[in-house]
Amino acid sequence: MTIASEPSFLPAAQPSFASSHTSIRSWLLSTDHKRIGVLYFFATTLSLALGGVFALLLRIEHLTPGPTVMSAMTYNRLFTLHGVTMVWLFMIPSIPATFGNFLLPIQIGASEVAFPRLNLLSFWIYVLGAAFVLVAMWLGALDTGWTFYTPYSVHSPSAVVPTLIGIFIVGWSTILTGVNFIVTVHTMRARGLGWMRMPLFTWAIYGTSIIQVLATPVLGLSLLIVSLDHAFAWGLFDPARGGDPVLYQHLFWFYSHPAVYIMILPAMGVVSEVISTFSHKNPYSYKAIVYSTLGIAFVGFLTWGHHMFVAGMSVFDAGAFGALSMLVAIFSAVKVFTWVSTLRRGSIVLATPLWYVFGFLILFMFGGMTGVAVATMSLDVHWHDTYFVVAHFHFVMVGGTLTAWLAALHYWFPKVTGRMYSERWGLLGFALVFSGFFGTFVPQFLLGNAGMPRRYYEYPARFQLLHVASTLGSWVLAAGMLLTLAYLLHALCFGRRAGGNPWASRCFEWRTSSPPPEKNFTAQPELGLDAYDYTTAWPAPEERA
Amino acid sequence: MNGARHAAHFESLAQQDHATRLGMWVFLGSELLLFAGLFALYAAGRIAHPAAFHEGVAHAEKSIGSLNTAVLLTSSTTVALAVESLRRDRRALSIALLAVTIALGATFFGLKLTEYGAHFRAGIYPGGAGNFFTSHAAPGLPLFWTLYFVTTGLHAAHVCVGLGVLGLTAQAVARGKIGGERAYVLENAALYWHLVDLIWIFLWPLYYLA
Amino acid sequence: MLRWFRTLFRLPPAASSFADGVDTLHLFLIGSTLLGVLVLSLLTTYFVLRYRERAGLRSTPVVQATGTGELIIVLGTLSLFVLWWVIGYRQYLNMRRRPAGAITVYVVAKQWMWKFSHENGALENNVLTIPVGRPVELLMSSRDVIHSFFVPAMRVKQDVLPGRLTTLWFTPTAPGRYPLFCAEYCGVSHSAMLGEVHVLGADEYQRFLADSSGAHSLAEVGREAALKHACFSCHTVDGQRHIGPSWSRLYGSQVTLSNGEQVTADAAYLTESMMDPAARVVAGYAPVMPTYFGSLDSSEAAAIVAYIRSLEEGPSAPSVRLPEVIVPPPAVSSEPKGDLRP
Repeated sequence: MTIASEPSFLPAAQPSFASSHTSIRSWLLSTDHKRIGVLYFFATTLSLALGGVFALLLRIEHLTPGPTVMSAMTYNRLFTLHGVTMVWLFMIPSIPATFGNFLLPIQIGASEVAFPRLNLLSFWIYVLGAAFVLVAMWLGALDTGWTFYTPYSVHSPSAVVPTLIGIFIVGWSTILTGVNFIVTVHTMRARGLGWMRMPLFTWAIYGTSIIQVLATPVLGLSLLIVSLDHAFAWGLFDPARGGDPVLYQHLFWFYSHPAVYIMILPAMGVVSEVISTFSHKNPYSYKAIVYSTLGIAFVGFLTWGHHMFVAGMSVFDAGAFGALSMLVAIFSAVKVFTWVSTLRRGSIVLATPLWYVFGFLILFMFGGMTGVAVATMSLDVHWHDTYFVVAHFHFVMVGGTLTAWLAALHYWFPKVTGRMYSERWGLLGFALVFSGFFGTFVPQFLLGNAGMPRRYYEYPARFQLLHVASTLGSWVLAAGMLLTLAYLLHALCFGRRAGGNPWASRCFEWRTSSPPPEKNFTAQPELGLDAYDYTTAWPAPEERA
Repeated sequence: MNGARHAAHFESLAQQDHATRLGMWVFLGSELLLFAGLFALYAAGRIAHPAAFHEGVAHAEKSIGSLNTAVLLTSSTTVALAVESLRRDRRALSIALLAVTIALGATFFGLKLTEYGAHFRAGIYPGGAGNFFTSHAAPGLPLFWTLYFVTTGLHAAHVCVGLGVLGLTAQAVARGKIGGERAYVLENAALYWHLVDLIWIFLWPLYYLA
Repeated sequence: MLRWFRTLFRLPPAASSFADGVDTLHLFLIGSTLLGVLVLSLLTTYFVLRYRERAGLRSTPVVQATGTGELIIVLGTLSLFVLWWVIGYRQYLNMRRRPAGAITVYVVAKQWMWKFSHENGALENNVLTIPVGRPVELLMSSRDVIHSFFVPAMRVKQDVLPGRLTTLWFTPTAPGRYPLFCAEYCGVSHSAMLGEVHVLGADEYQRFLADSSGAHSLAEVGREAALKHACFSCHTVDGQRHIGPSWSRLYGSQVTLSNGEQVTADAAYLTESMMDPAARVVAGYAPVMPTYFGSLDSSEAAAIVAYIRSLEEGPSAPSVRLPEVIVPPPAVSSEPKGDLRP
């Protein structure tokens, strides 16, 4: 039995966004936000693969305490490239520029973003920046770590400047995308869609965009100055020429701490959507999610000094940053509480997106709490620059963001492609990814406790067992990722056709066909029924179009 | 002026107007943060080396700097007047005022280059290079001057971009593509120019007066 | 309990007075985290089982958070986090405030080794020998890039910066040999920049001091350096005022600056005065001291500081009676202004 408020979908006489034009040019020069999202998806996933290969190589090197398969310089370059590739070429655009681009206008009932041509330009700017980084790799890469601390980065005779230029350029893409999304949310919402009726994923992208616009310029400035220092010996951050290296750290982390919130907020948006949909339930507190998103966006700018507790800061400053770091963690705690509470009195369907979200909840809670741990000043003295920190941020970035990315991938796969993947393979992929992740990074917490510093090519023999365990875990994780790639590709070509709303979700993107037509909706989008209203019956599985 | 048609994805020209303006303001926010970092570096440098920074300012080209301030402030006035003229449909006046603005902006840039030349002649180069620094050896002086070059250099680059934007806009006004309901395009260009001026207003006292 | 925790979580031996406090806080935190994750997992599992989709039931009620419930969660987590911050802050404060009677060791970090200078003149490379039970303060500087002095067993770490002095103190509580790592990436051999802290019993340490005291104590090395760099053209060591302040009784004293502020003439201030003399000038003296940045090696600077420190108690042998130096009032700089040709 269907009800009147369930939208009916026009038959597929209307071409989808993917089949309306099919030339390569129509894809590469498209101003359709959905196609741009797909372009970003390919580019960022390639970056993920590249960064992942670097990681696997690093872990292979760590099978033995001494030299294993590469020289020290190669290792040092690889960990730097792993960081640079993952942070700027994958993590930052991964959810906003792909899923954000695809879904934001649809979720607010619009036909496009505010500035479609700017959107296309942003993509090609990203590609240009990535190309610079790749060229820099070919020119011998660099070994400064993704943090480029001076004065080492100023003096290191490696491809520092091309890499920094590449990241600077990618930063432009981030800023322009942020501007585009902010203006879209402010000005392009469908009639009758107030701020507090927007989907939570849209809110997450909005909060992320604010951070992107305000934080990235500071990164641009820091990298510009390091490039000048490196190329022309201008010495702004070089103590040998009167500069202050700690000042560089302040400027760098002023961006890079908010940057981690750029990486996690969209993931949190995905979690909100998936939990509601698969428990067929309104969020326990929509307002709490919204306000905690804005809280993270704002307070996240005030905590950067917790990366510098042993860098030579005053005790008072360190204390202030420590306190503010505790405050920002509260917002995440509120979200976790809200998500779990949403399950209560719901009608829960277990499917791959939800499995990934459960994985997220556990891994993010653990990762977030270890973040509170390293923000505790006396404890950080021991853990700073050890594998404990490495484990912490991989828990939140891989266990958090990548897991949510995988959830998003499966959740919106039918919407984007019009096909369904196999749940059996999905569950297997999840099991491999989740257990592989655990196996890779839990040993690293213990390594950090034991005092194993990070960015170490060789290590004392007593750490070998934990390193081997971590490397084996990385192989399971890689297997899970490859398996996921394989069955999703298969589903793309041979999966059974999905209807407009296979998950019986109430969120707005499910009120159009799968895939959506070029203008997103065939008729006026019906947004009267709330995005999270499951009080009225939804269609049974066999009735879903 | 040709019919005010909005871009296809907007519902109305009013929506396009609103969106474009908001977009420019948000973008200007990011530009502010860019320069904020440089001012933060100045503040840190000044706290660490008060005497050297004071000495650095003493050697600044005060008359060129003050002249440039007057030039930029005037250009902000003329561009604001250009916007107002266009709102009142006085296109010729608007174009003339835009031309004056561009001329003033170019003057600023020329004066800046002259000023750099004066610095170089005095032996002041970025990075503490130049024989000025052999006779003035306080550790904070190279920092002051390098910051000066980076900040004013970045600002001058923005002046150039602003000149380009104003030039293109003036062309569009001349061709009748901007005006009336589409006057907001000129307003946005003027906004960018005002930001360039605003940054200079902060820069000038720090590097020339204090 | 702490011992069991340390073993299970792979913590290194607890060899300093900081270790117990830090490890207890660690246990508190990680314990709470694991408990929280367990509760989260159990609750989620329970909800999934209890509220599994049932055929025929295809609507759910709206369940909204209560204000009170939210407040409890927020205040609860906030209190816990603030508690951890308070404890951590107090421990951190303690780590940054050196107690009296600490032994001083000067540390120079350079790619890719550690150099230690003891006050008796002993020089060690990559090994730091200290006695058990006495606080030791490390005054550290780098010759090139940022390094970081990390001894896991002592639960201490501090970045070592070029052009600046950073300090670290701890009290070893058990004799032994403890690994020292560099914890800030510093180039190709970063992972080879290893060392050891040798903590000796009191007698053994006395023997070490006796065996190792160099022909010159560090203070004597400092005096040689001061002679070489002509410091005595402006500074006396017998209390007489000259072009610059006398070094007699200077170390640790309160000095008044030209801007009225008061500072303690400690190692950091003295080092800064050599590197950036115009930054904080003592009241009543003209700002004419040149900078020694680039001409004084960091170990020379450390040695000069050690020499000044040796004059803490009073003047050394009286030198020549100097003529009275008339000090002009600190005036506006009389330097010629820059070229203002427009």
